[in-house]
Amino acid sequence: MRIRGKGLVDRSDTVTFRFDGRSYDGFAGDTVASALLANGVRLMGRSFKYHRPRGVLTAGSEEPNALVTVGIGAAAEPNVRATTQEIFEGLEVRSQNAWPSLDLDLLAVNNLFAPWLGAGFYYKTFMWPKAFWERVYEPVIRRAAGLGGLSGEPDPDTYERAFAFCDVLVIGAGPAGLMAALTAARAGADVIIADEDARPGGRLNAEVLEIDGEPGHVWAARAVAELESMRNVRVMSRTTVTGAYDQGTFGALERVNQHRGGRGDGAPLACFWRIVAKHSILAAGAIERPVAFQNNDRPGIMTAGAVRAYLNRWGVSPGRAVTVFANNDDAHRTAQDMTAAGVRVAAVIDSRAEVRSTAEYPVYRNAQVSNSQGGKELESISILVNGKTEKIQTDCLAMSGGWNPSVHLTCHMNGRPTWRADIQAFVPTEGAVPGMTTAGACRGSFSTHGCLADGVAAARQVLDALGKKAPDSALPQTEDAPYNLAPLWAVAGKGRAWLDFQNDVCVKDVKQAVVENFRSVEHMKRYTTQGMATDQGKNSNVAALAVLADATGRGIPKTGTTTFRPPYSPVSIAAMGAGAQGQGFAPQRFTTSHRAGIAAGAPMIETGLWYRPSYFPKPGEKTWRQSCDREVGHVRNAVGVCDVSTLGKIDIQGPDAAALLDLVYVNTFSTLKVGRVRYGLMLREDGTVMDDGTCARLGMTHFVITTTTAAAGTVMRHLEFVAQCLRPEWRGAMTSTTEQWAQFAVAGPRSRDLLNGLLDAPIDNDTWPFMACGDVSVLGVAARLFRVSFSGEHAYEIAVGARYGEALFRELVARAEGLGGGAYGMEAMNVLRIEKGFITHAEIHGRTTAFDVGMGAMISATKDCIGKVMAARPGLMDRDRERLVGFKPTGAVKQLSAGAHVFAAGMEATRENDQGYITSVGFSPSYETYVGLGFVKSGPERYGEVMRVVDHLRELDVEVEICPPVFVDPEGRRARG
Amino acid sequence: MRLDCPICGSRDRREFYYQGDAVLLERPAPDAGAAAWDGYLHLRANPAGETRDLWLHESGCGAWLVVTRNTVTHAVESVELASRVKEGLR
Amino acid sequence: MAELKARMPCEGLLPLTFGGVNLDEADLGVMTSVVLLGEEAALSSALSDAHGVGFPKANRTSGKGGGVRCIWFGQRQAMLVGTAPADALQEHAALVDQSDGWCAVTVEGEDVEQVLERLVPIDVRRMHFKRGYTARTQVGHMSASVTRTGPRAFLILVFRSMAASLVHELGQAMRAVASRRGEG
Repeated sequence: MRIRGKGLVDRSDTVTFRFDGRSYDGFAGDTVASALLANGVRLMGRSFKYHRPRGVLTAGSEEPNALVTVGIGAAAEPNVRATTQEIFEGLEVRSQNAWPSLDLDLLAVNNLFAPWLGAGFYYKTFMWPKAFWERVYEPVIRRAAGLGGLSGEPDPDTYERAFAFCDVLVIGAGPAGLMAALTAARAGADVIIADEDARPGGRLNAEVLEIDGEPGHVWAARAVAELESMRNVRVMSRTTVTGAYDQGTFGALERVNQHRGGRGDGAPLACFWRIVAKHSILAAGAIERPVAFQNNDRPGIMTAGAVRAYLNRWGVSPGRAVTVFANNDDAHRTAQDMTAAGVRVAAVIDSRAEVRSTAEYPVYRNAQVSNSQGGKELESISILVNGKTEKIQTDCLAMSGGWNPSVHLTCHMNGRPTWRADIQAFVPTEGAVPGMTTAGACRGSFSTHGCLADGVAAARQVLDALGKKAPDSALPQTEDAPYNLAPLWAVAGKGRAWLDFQNDVCVKDVKQAVVENFRSVEHMKRYTTQGMATDQGKNSNVAALAVLADATGRGIPKTGTTTFRPPYSPVSIAAMGAGAQGQGFAPQRFTTSHRAGIAAGAPMIETGLWYRPSYFPKPGEKTWRQSCDREVGHVRNAVGVCDVSTLGKIDIQGPDAAALLDLVYVNTFSTLKVGRVRYGLMLREDGTVMDDGTCARLGMTHFVITTTTAAAGTVMRHLEFVAQCLRPEWRGAMTSTTEQWAQFAVAGPRSRDLLNGLLDAPIDNDTWPFMACGDVSVLGVAARLFRVSFSGEHAYEIAVGARYGEALFRELVARAEGLGGGAYGMEAMNVLRIEKGFITHAEIHGRTTAFDVGMGAMISATKDCIGKVMAARPGLMDRDRERLVGFKPTGAVKQLSAGAHVFAAGMEATRENDQGYITSVGFSPSYETYVGLGFVKSGPERYGEVMRVVDHLRELDVEVEICPPVFVDPEGRRARG
Repeated sequence: MRLDCPICGSRDRREFYYQGDAVLLERPAPDAGAAAWDGYLHLRANPAGETRDLWLHESGCGAWLVVTRNTVTHAVESVELASRVKEGLR
Repeated sequence: MAELKARMPCEGLLPLTFGGVNLDEADLGVMTSVVLLGEEAALSSALSDAHGVGFPKANRTSGKGGGVRCIWFGQRQAMLVGTAPADALQEHAALVDQSDGWCAVTVEGEDVEQVLERLVPIDVRRMHFKRGYTARTQVGHMSASVTRTGPRAFLILVFRSMAASLVHELGQAMRAVASRRGEG
């Protein structure tokens, strides 16, 4: 029911939205909750377990009951609090957790079974038969219990992330936060003030009070306007600071577009901020706590502050005959504001004996509400006064058990709050989060004056630390009413009295936990589920542990609290992962020949971040194997061209460059001649192989090494580690040149013919023998030429500045095709290297040693190197170790698969009999058979042995012959030809 | 988490690569014996309190750093250039 | 005789404009990585003698925009931009040609700081990151060099192979910032 003349909504701007398919009107500035209440809709949800009808309990982000789904289809967002969702034209809202409808929820049958559904019910009931849990119990329970569901479709919305920095982050823009921000900003500090509400001001928007003679909300708006006009301030509304992290880092969720429809393309739904603040001021306010009594969960029963907020901020009265039930002075404001607005107050029930009141409405002292009546709405309450029970007709009960300071963020770094008996609440412990001070209601200052004074004090403290002078200005004049509270957590009596509305946890559940010896607060929480789900116990934690303290006789300070962890309020995974959706997941690295590969129809394969062509299909080729076989043939018989730019290239210079290389490689490079290339093997310090590659000496103090594509980053880190952490006195410089050079393998018997058509000065076997390197000129462009081979053929790698990469690739491929060859991709490259027995990270996978891959003799006996000592451990030199071999099928089945395991012939294929495994396979067109590389115990001593290879996953069982790993040209004549 | 790089200033943890205990600076001599090498490579304390680790400012200046921090409070006590620390060990 | 045609890293991808922020490729000409091997003072005076710019302090650039510049690029490392390095430098530093190794873009406009605060995890606001300031940091998931070149202009370098990802990331951020313009 709207109240004339009340509220801060814009009555000139009517907004139409839908709830469960029905159209409703509200005003700009309304939330779903306020607009529904204005329309007389009070049933907004069903409870988690018992499917009890529920209305709103609160007016803020702590709302446990009124959870709704916003939007339709793939864009639908479940579990949105109706109390925070602003309405906009065309907004679609649906209720949750009810079937078939909110009004007629058949699952409410659970409510009848309530005596059996208490705490620990699941643990005790669904024990047997064991197999029933997954098949029957769990699916049924999941359907009956639970909150909103996801659509199951990809989220069509976009999200963004952002970083912000400031001297001081003020969390909360109520009176304390605004005053702190004004004080800090006027002194010139770099300020961010964040508030979860669309309208900053906090309780100033929900109370009838004055600051410096003007309404509180006007003062707040003026403060916000001043802050927004300052260049050193960033005001962030609709932004919840969700977590406090190390070194002054905060997470914050900004709802960018959730309050409006019809967003343009690219407009994000939400933005997740990482705010780095030298100091922070927590001014998060306080949350009012309900009182537990029988049937205190009916729609129409709300916190007193919420009732006041609906009246003063949204101009809505949640009822026509309002009652108030409280243990403190503050809640009496609700009755006063209602009366002033012309709403009938049926009674105020105060649990305290001493209550001053001159009001016209009846005030029951020393009284308690013991029960409520009604169906889907509150109709009446029972009160216990002077030992007698009376019934009062009312459709809205405003209850207050006092206020809990929002200490949550001060606990995010493992801090524990401190109990204050005078306000019967936990307050932040100073210093719990480094750099954070607290102000206002979140530290237990409940009057407006107290909030403003706190705000100034907190800002002064920060300004002192920043070395800035606080401005001298008088504190604004405002109310400073005492709080006056006597503890009341639960009204004694039978039946269910709710503590945690969201999880359907009642007083008797907590008592039951104690009976079953779950007496620690953490155990009670997990046994009863109190404090879980979207509200994380914001409404129930203190009352629940007060009941626990009472039941265990320990007292509240000794009972303690459970741990508050981030986020303060729910953050969607999509928002946290913003920036990592789709292409943002990881950068894509494209070679200079990428466009040419795509144009040739080559499917790309990801190797790390790089995209490389698998093969280059020709018309008529139906399978990748046909293309691959042809490309292998190019290299073996004519000439093939392959982009190898993705291999890591590191330029190493300096007087100590050679010494550095000698330390990181097992073999020696100080003896390498200028203009020559040598294969090198690198170990980790623990003796396993890290990487392999080549090292070219371009000058006496100038080398270029290559790494595998996969290990480029690892090797660079390793080299820098050795240089900075082990030998900082050496003079050397390492620079990655992977990106500078586009490098292409030109491989095959006609490779030199191809190159000599392009090089400005031709080469021959004398000027450019195997493993030679140096500068050349290709079509007038400076280039480097390396005579190295990864296929066993006569081959080169030619490198030009990357800007010429695409042009050179196209030229090389065109000329190769003219010589009966062409481009080749990863598949062919893999077959070529397997045929030649060259290893990749399939073999050097982090568990193999130089000895295992047959390179033990490469480890120089005359110098130290990384990994040398540990590689010499007896266990790593065992002849029995699984060592590199080749495999050839010899039986009826001709196929091999990587990952298959090796067994002695005739032995059962079980783990105990395992003799090794296959790491790489390829079909060798040269030999018209599959060939493989892998590891077999005592491998090189078993050449010629026929063994059994089994792949349980692919259901292969193959007879193989163990052979040396080099299938093609074991003498290495071709590469030297 | 943030680290105060001696070269770049305070930076977000995402720019850094974590390696492990700073004992890695103290590589034993080749003939130091099995126990010394075992300690260097494998034996690690798991302290509730102060720890010294090696980090690389990989997306920053590229410097290897020795970070002294507290595993209980998460306070970072100091961040030093590993090369300087190593020179001090000699 | 065939000729090798050069291609810029962002060819076909740029320029791009959203909401008053422009993104375009920067052709920086010759770029040389200069890595200190000896004394910094000696290298700095050799640089000054040969090219008129000193070795930059950490997180700063030396030289004027447009002409020869030296952009700090990491520990003991700077990028000499706009000229081929003099041989005299070799006595003090390792010189490595990087003219083709990096993709360079300029991003400028009224909301450029808002665009970068979505991608760069450092404070790029003018009062903290002035003209002539540079940082090795990240743009999205990419290691990058970020330099302020004017009140509303930045120069960003990432690996050449990541040009498409850089344009994508900056474009997304520009669109998101533009979508907020004139609202709220």
